[in-house]
Amino acid sequence: MSPAVGNQPAVIGNQAEGTPPRHHIVTAHVENKAGVLARVASLFSRRGFNIFSLAVAPTDDDRFSRITIVVDVESAPLEQIVNQLDKLVNVVRITELAPDEAVECEMLLVTVEAGPAGRDRVLAHVEAFGATVVDEGDEGDEGAGGAGGAGGAGGAGGAGGAGGARTGLMTVMLAGTPSSIDEFENLVRPFGIAELQRTGRVALPKLGPGAARGRDAAPLHSVTGGIQGEAG
Amino acid sequence: MRLTGAQALIKSLEMQHVEVIFGLPGGAILPVYDPILDSSIRHVLVRHEQGAGHMAEGYAHVTGRPGVAMVTSGPGATNIVTPLADAMMDSIPMVVITGQVPTTAIGTDAFQECPITGVTMDITKHNWLVTDAQDLPRVVAEAFHVATTGRPGPVLVDVPKDVSNALMDWYWPAGIDELDLPGYKPQTEGDPEQIRKAAELMLGAARPVIYAGGGILKARAAEALRELAERTGFPVVTTLMARGSFPDRHPLCLGMPGMHGNYTAVTAMQKADLLIALGSRFDDRVTGKISAFAPDAKIIHVDVDPAELGKVRRPDVAIAGDARVVIEELLRALESLGLGPVGGPSVSGDRSVRGDRSVRAGSVAPGSPAEGRPDLAPWMAQLRAWQEEFPLTYAQEEGGALKPQLVVEALRDATPHDTIVVAGVGQHQMWASQYWKFDNPYTWVNSGGAGTMGFAVPAAIGAKVGRPDKMVWAIDGDGCFQMTAQELVTASAERIPVKVAILNNAYLGMVRQWQELFYEERYSEVYLSPDLPDYVKWAEAMGCVGLKVESAEEVAPAIEKANGIDDRPVVIDFRTDAFEKVYPMVPAGASNSDIIVGPSGGEGGR
Repeated sequence: MSPAVGNQPAVIGNQAEGTPPRHHIVTAHVENKAGVLARVASLFSRRGFNIFSLAVAPTDDDRFSRITIVVDVESAPLEQIVNQLDKLVNVVRITELAPDEAVECEMLLVTVEAGPAGRDRVLAHVEAFGATVVDEGDEGDEGAGGAGGAGGAGGAGGAGGAGGARTGLMTVMLAGTPSSIDEFENLVRPFGIAELQRTGRVALPKLGPGAARGRDAAPLHSVTGGIQGEAG
Repeated sequence: MRLTGAQALIKSLEMQHVEVIFGLPGGAILPVYDPILDSSIRHVLVRHEQGAGHMAEGYAHVTGRPGVAMVTSGPGATNIVTPLADAMMDSIPMVVITGQVPTTAIGTDAFQECPITGVTMDITKHNWLVTDAQDLPRVVAEAFHVATTGRPGPVLVDVPKDVSNALMDWYWPAGIDELDLPGYKPQTEGDPEQIRKAAELMLGAARPVIYAGGGILKARAAEALRELAERTGFPVVTTLMARGSFPDRHPLCLGMPGMHGNYTAVTAMQKADLLIALGSRFDDRVTGKISAFAPDAKIIHVDVDPAELGKVRRPDVAIAGDARVVIEELLRALESLGLGPVGGPSVSGDRSVRGDRSVRAGSVAPGSPAEGRPDLAPWMAQLRAWQEEFPLTYAQEEGGALKPQLVVEALRDATPHDTIVVAGVGQHQMWASQYWKFDNPYTWVNSGGAGTMGFAVPAAIGAKVGRPDKMVWAIDGDGCFQMTAQELVTASAERIPVKVAILNNAYLGMVRQWQELFYEERYSEVYLSPDLPDYVKWAEAMGCVGLKVESAEEVAPAIEKANGIDDRPVVIDFRTDAFEKVYPMVPAGASNSDIIVGPSGGEGGR
C-alpha cells in the first residue's frame, strides 16, 4: 500500500474539533492553454506552498479549465498563495473555499484482497457506503468492466460472485465526501489492499448566503482588505 | 497583406515603436534576421547573448521603455536566462524573442532545441510559445502589454522556425480589447478606504520615514514623491533600486538603508513609528533580521503587486496600486484632512540649498485633523544628530594605497550632474551607491535583487544606446569586468562611447570581505591578481582607450582625459586598496540595530 495515499487524506480527515483547518480549497479558472498546469504546479513548488491534492478538468466552457487545489495553509498564508496564483497571466478567476463553505467530493478506486472468507463482509461495507464493485477479474462478465459503475452495489456484487471467488480480489469504486472515503478505506484496510487510487477532491461552494468568495483577477483591493481585517 | 511570420514579427516590433534590438542570430532565428535588413529598427550585434539581455535591461532602466533582445534557440536562449532572472527580480520591462526549432521537431531533442518557455517559466512575468504565424502580431502586442503594465517585468516569446517561415494575413490589434488576456487586469488605483486610513496614520506620526523603493521609478513617481515628502515634511530613504528617485541633496533625503546603508537611514527605519513603503518590498538586504526590523513602526505598504503586501511584513494599511497614482490620491486625502500645500518658498533640492537643512512642511487648515499632528522637529533633530555623528567615512593616506571611495568621489565631482552611473555587483556597487550624489531619476543602473556579476559593462552600453545625450560611466569591479568585458567589442564596433572605471583590488572583494570578517581571514578562492589580465592591453585590443591609475594624484587627470573622449569606449584600471571594506555593515541575519559603522568594530547602536 502507498503511505502517501493513505496518510495525506487522513491528516485532513482527522482534524481535531475546534482547531482551525489546516487545509483550504482554492479553485482556479484557468485558460485552457498548453503549459498552464505546469505554471500552477511550478508556482507552488517555487514558493514552497504545499499541496494536499490537485484535480484538473475542463469546464462547460472549453476555453477554460478548473483546477481544484487543496492547499496547506500552514506552509504559507492563504492570501499569499491566492495573490501569487492571481499573478499568473493564465489564471482568470480564483475562488477560495473554507472547508465549511464547500461541498467536497472525491473518488476512490481500491482493489481489496477480500478472499473467500472476507468477501461477504467487504460486500456489506460496499453496500453500506453505496460503493460499486467494478471488477472481480472475471473477463467474461460484461458487467464488471466500465459499465460496472452504472450498476448498484448489490447488483455488481451479485454478478461478480463466481469471479471473486476465483481471484480473491475485487476492485471497488466509491465517490463521496473525503471523510466517508477515509472511513471506507479504514474499514477495508484490514482485509488487505492490493492497490488504491484516490482522485483528490473537487469542490463547489455550498448553496446559501455568504458561502463562496469568488473573484476575478481584477478586484485586488478585496485581497488587501483581507489583510487589513486580520492585521487589526 | 500576406507576410511571413518573420516579417510580421519585425513589423509588430515596429508597431510597438521599438528603436533598437540587442541580439545575435543563429539557425532557428535566421528567418527573422532577414527582414531586419529592411527595417528601421537598429540592431546591435552583441558578442554573447547575456550581453544582449543586460543591454536591453540597461536601455529599459534609463528610458522607461521596454528593452528588446533577440537570440536563437538552445544555447542562445539559455545564455539569456540570467538577464531574464535579473530583470524579474528588479521588475525591468524587457521583451526577449527566441528562435525555436520547427514545431514538427519540438520534443525530438533536435539540434539546438531547448524548452525555453519551461526553463524561464518562473523567471519571466509570462512567456509564449507561438505555434501559428497568424498569432504573432497579437502575441507581440500581448508581450509588450504584460511587460510594461502593472508590475513591469521580462517576458519571452519563443518562435519556431516554421512559424517564422509560414505566411499569414497581416493585422494589428486595435487595442487591449483585442488581446487574449482574460486573466490579466493589473490594478493601478488604490482603495479609497485604505487611502484615507493611510492619510490618518500619516498625520498621527511623530517619527515617520518614507521607505521609497524601485517602484517609484517604475511608476514615474519621483515628482509625486517629492511633493509628498515636502508637504508632510517626512524624511525619505531611497533603497538601492530607488537611488535617484529623491534627490540626495534634498534636506529630507536620508540616503540608502540596508546592509550597507548609512547609519542614519538604517537607524531612522529602526526607530520609526511609521514606515510608508512606496514601491518597496521589504527585501532582506533592507530589513536585516525581519523579526527585529522597525519594531515600533506601523506600516503603510503601497505596491502595484498585491502579492508583495504582507509577503514579508504584515502592513497596517495595505494599498494595491501604482505608486504615482496612489501618492496623488494620498495627497488629496491629506488635503481633505487639512494639510495644504507647502507654504512660502518651497524646499528645493537644487544645489543652492545644499547647506540649508531646514524643512518647511505643508500649511495646516485651522481646526482640521491635520492641526493636531505631532511636531516633527524633535525627530528631524535626532536625524540630523545621527548624520553629524555617523557620516560615511574613509581615510586616504598620503602616498598610501588608492581608496576606491576616493575614485567614486572624484568621478562624481568631475562629471555632469545627470551622468548615468552603472554598477556591477559587489563592493564597487556599494561604494558607488554610497558616495555618488544622485539628484536625478534614471541615472543609476544596477543589478539589485539578483546580484548579477558582469551586469555593468553591457548594461552601460544599453543605457548609452537609450540616452546617447548623456555621459555613461560604468563603475565596475575587476571580477565583474572579466565576466562580460567582451561586450566592449560591441561598443567599439557600434561606436557606443561608454566609460568604464574598474575598481581593481585584485580580489572578489565582497567575498573577501566576508571571509575576513566571518571566516577568520581564511581566504578561499578570491584572489584574482591585479595584472592578469592586463586591463589596458585588453581594452586596447577591444578597440577602447585603456588607462591605468595607481595613485591618488593620477585619478583626476585620468578621469579628465576619459571625459574628453567621445568617439570610443574608455577603460580606466584603477589599482585600489585590496583591504578596504564596505562600511557600515549589518552582518547577514543580524538585527539592523547591530549595525557596524566602521573597521574599528564599533557598533553604532545604542
